[in-house]
Amino acid sequence: MIQLSINGKVHSYDDVDPSMPLLWFLRDIANLTGAKYGCGMALCGACTVHLDGQAVRSCVMPVAAAVGKKVTTVEGVVDDDVGHAVQAAWQKLDVVQCGYCQPGQIMSATALLHTNKNPSDAAIDAAMAGNVCRCGTYMRIRAAIHEAANTLSARGRS
Amino acid sequence: MSDSARDVFIVNESRRRFLEGMGGLALAIYAGAARADKGWAALGKADTKAIAPASFEPNAFVRIASDNTVTVVSKHLEMGQGTYTGLATLLAEELDADWDQVRVEGAPADVARYKNTLLGLQATGGSTAMANSYEQMRSAGAVARAMLVAAAAQEWKVSADSIAVDRGWLYAKGHKASFGQLAAKAAQQPVPNNVALKNPKDFKLIGKSELHRKDYADKTDGTAVFTQDYKLPHMLVAVVAHPKRFGAVPKTVNADKARAVPNVAAVVQFSGDNRTRFSGIAVLARNTWAARSGRDALEIDWDESQAFKLGSAEILAQYKDMAGRAGLVACKEGDTEAAFAARHARLIEAEYELPYLAHAPMEPMNCLVQLREGGCEIWNGEQFQTGDQNAIAAMLKVPANNVALHQLYAGGSFGRRANPSSDYLLEAVSIALAAWDKGVRAPIKLMWTREEDTRGGYYRPAFYHKAKLALDGDGKLVAWQHHVVAQSIIKGTPFESFAIKNGIDGLSVEGLADMAYEVPNLRVELSTPDNIRVPVLSWRSVGHSSNAFVSEGLVDEAAAAAGKDPYQYRRDMLSKAPRLKGVLELAATKAGWGQPLKPGAAGEKRGRGIAVHEAFNTYVAQLAEVTVKSDGSFKVDRVVCAVDCGLAINPDVIVAQMQGGIGFGLAAALHGAITLKDGVVEQSNFHEYIPLRINEMPVVDVHIVPSAEKPTGVGETAVPLIAPAVVNALYNATGKRIRKLPIANQLSA
Repeated sequence: MIQLSINGKVHSYDDVDPSMPLLWFLRDIANLTGAKYGCGMALCGACTVHLDGQAVRSCVMPVAAAVGKKVTTVEGVVDDDVGHAVQAAWQKLDVVQCGYCQPGQIMSATALLHTNKNPSDAAIDAAMAGNVCRCGTYMRIRAAIHEAANTLSARGRS
Repeated sequence: MSDSARDVFIVNESRRRFLEGMGGLALAIYAGAARADKGWAALGKADTKAIAPASFEPNAFVRIASDNTVTVVSKHLEMGQGTYTGLATLLAEELDADWDQVRVEGAPADVARYKNTLLGLQATGGSTAMANSYEQMRSAGAVARAMLVAAAAQEWKVSADSIAVDRGWLYAKGHKASFGQLAAKAAQQPVPNNVALKNPKDFKLIGKSELHRKDYADKTDGTAVFTQDYKLPHMLVAVVAHPKRFGAVPKTVNADKARAVPNVAAVVQFSGDNRTRFSGIAVLARNTWAARSGRDALEIDWDESQAFKLGSAEILAQYKDMAGRAGLVACKEGDTEAAFAARHARLIEAEYELPYLAHAPMEPMNCLVQLREGGCEIWNGEQFQTGDQNAIAAMLKVPANNVALHQLYAGGSFGRRANPSSDYLLEAVSIALAAWDKGVRAPIKLMWTREEDTRGGYYRPAFYHKAKLALDGDGKLVAWQHHVVAQSIIKGTPFESFAIKNGIDGLSVEGLADMAYEVPNLRVELSTPDNIRVPVLSWRSVGHSSNAFVSEGLVDEAAAAAGKDPYQYRRDMLSKAPRLKGVLELAATKAGWGQPLKPGAAGEKRGRGIAVHEAFNTYVAQLAEVTVKSDGSFKVDRVVCAVDCGLAINPDVIVAQMQGGIGFGLAAALHGAITLKDGVVEQSNFHEYIPLRINEMPVVDVHIVPSAEKPTGVGETAVPLIAPAVVNALYNATGKRIRKLPIANQLSA
């Protein structure tokens, strides 16, 4: 049996191959399809989720490695102040095109803003370079991260 | 465990999600599974039931429910280009709906109702969605509005003229009602034949930047449903093994280890046709990881006797040889022979090369199939309903109407999901048929891994161009002779007979044979190889993706040879093309072409380049600014883009398509190449087929030409110009002319 904390709730699952990547566990077993398969080799970031707040590529992480840690997916990140601000900024600026990579982008952006409250363009580029968007929404991703940072900083001041 | 014992799933649960999502459609639910040896078509009776229609459905494009929801039905695929938003804007404008009450769903396959009026079949392509829907969707909205007004007039006993409609509400003196309140009554009104459309000056939604995309929320909170995400009860996932070489077939297969993987349900062999799709082996499992693990455990010996075994080097050598011989004449203006024989001041001779390109959408190809008696249902990000429906019906030997196609979001496509050969859909159906014969009744989702997607063929063709240009004493371009060598994306498809004229596939020479520049003597020849069995397909902007790079490079070479300013040189040749000249001037003005570029740091060189082109009746100019370091590495700093697409329906979507198209085109310009060695594709995943990443994305400034002309498409037209704009900028910075894509490390080599 595997016990996992996902988006604040603990679930138990029987008969799970512990070597199954977390991505496929989330998508096929836990029915959380927000995290996406793009490459299976940690090259594109579409599968990004948080493990104890850190952005990880779930396509190469065995589900066993997530036991005892808090898994957060795009479906649950709204409960996090930073994640909520990031999603709101994404919506305000209409970042998405095809949308397939965006859950991963949002998870990486949220992790970035947890460690760097006011990232420069260069810091954004460095932190987000692992997340591929074939539609080329990168300009708006940069702008939305700045937007979310501004929202959070204004909230902090008030 | 034997396959038959655990493979037979009886699908008898309610598919509520399907019913909710696709209201009004009948669907079959199985009462039981028949004997496997009977074959799928001989099965027992299906139980059909339909759900009630929405309260008010005046036509194929809109439903208004009593809860006030306005559902717009999109006949076009939403693959990122914003078509759901555009079509909803058109309909909601004439309906006078509130933008927030409007939702969009994808249309099923039904060519009678959802034909692309420009293409003549149900398909999304050629940047035609807005152009072919502009009046259709507005009329659909206006009809619904008229029926709501008629209902209110009847209810309130007032004249229709006295009723006003605004943001989802109807008003008359002393009366007020919402769309939802009037929906049931509106449904009883006669459908008017002729309705007047608004004067564009009265538009409230069309042309407004502040409208959010209709898919902006579900694509940020994880609820958007792509084919990758769609599930049916008892569904099995199919992961496949394809041969390394096009045209190879399985010789011997040992699937013992694959079957031993827990949760693997079956292993089946499927046959391609040795030309348009692969033969291979599929492992069917209850989850993706099991299917993948099972696939990896297969032991297959391939018969490669009929396989394609040429490499990129051999293909290029053949193309060079073909370019040295006479081709078919695609365009002949003036007399190039005489012009080259006469005195001319300068001669430019150049060869340009472009590689095969994969579409590489973020969502690898996939397709969900449920076979049923006498037909099937398909869930897919469906870009070519009519072609796919016909191809699947032919494979199943059933009428086309028995193939139901349900539309989902596509995680990108860039042309990949509109294939006249229906490759991955037919593969999915082949697998389902093979599984049926083994007693599998479950729905099956084919999921290609990134590696299958990259190596799966259907690439933008590789191009070789050989050109000769003559300039007179004033530097004027007086003669241009051009030979294109490329595979045809139409030849061998059902569209060959009407798309290829006199042996010439116009898509191979588009943008060249019909160039807007005034060149008095122009001759464009085409050679189309028929021995290269690498599957090819339209790739975002089709022939323009190659030809604008070459024409805009060559014009830049001519300007340099003439000692002229590349902007003025182009402008002087566009006196008969006012809209092209317009975007060229707008981009140059906005970028400050007249002022010097800000210099780079010590050791850095800066440069800028310009390019202008028309594709899909949309006019675009791009100006790129680059910084080149002493080691030859470089960065594209800024791109200024001007676009004239007629009336701008959703300005912010247009801006997004220019930004994104530039990003997509820049990926190809900098890195993109599919290469073959002995017939084997050398790239497999994103470490080898290299995408653009955020650190390489330039700042893009977009300027839309205000226009009252009919709207034209924006999904593709930004793509072809970024490569020439960047290459011309690199020439401006370094004096080195790049004639081969991708640029890669040519500056430092």
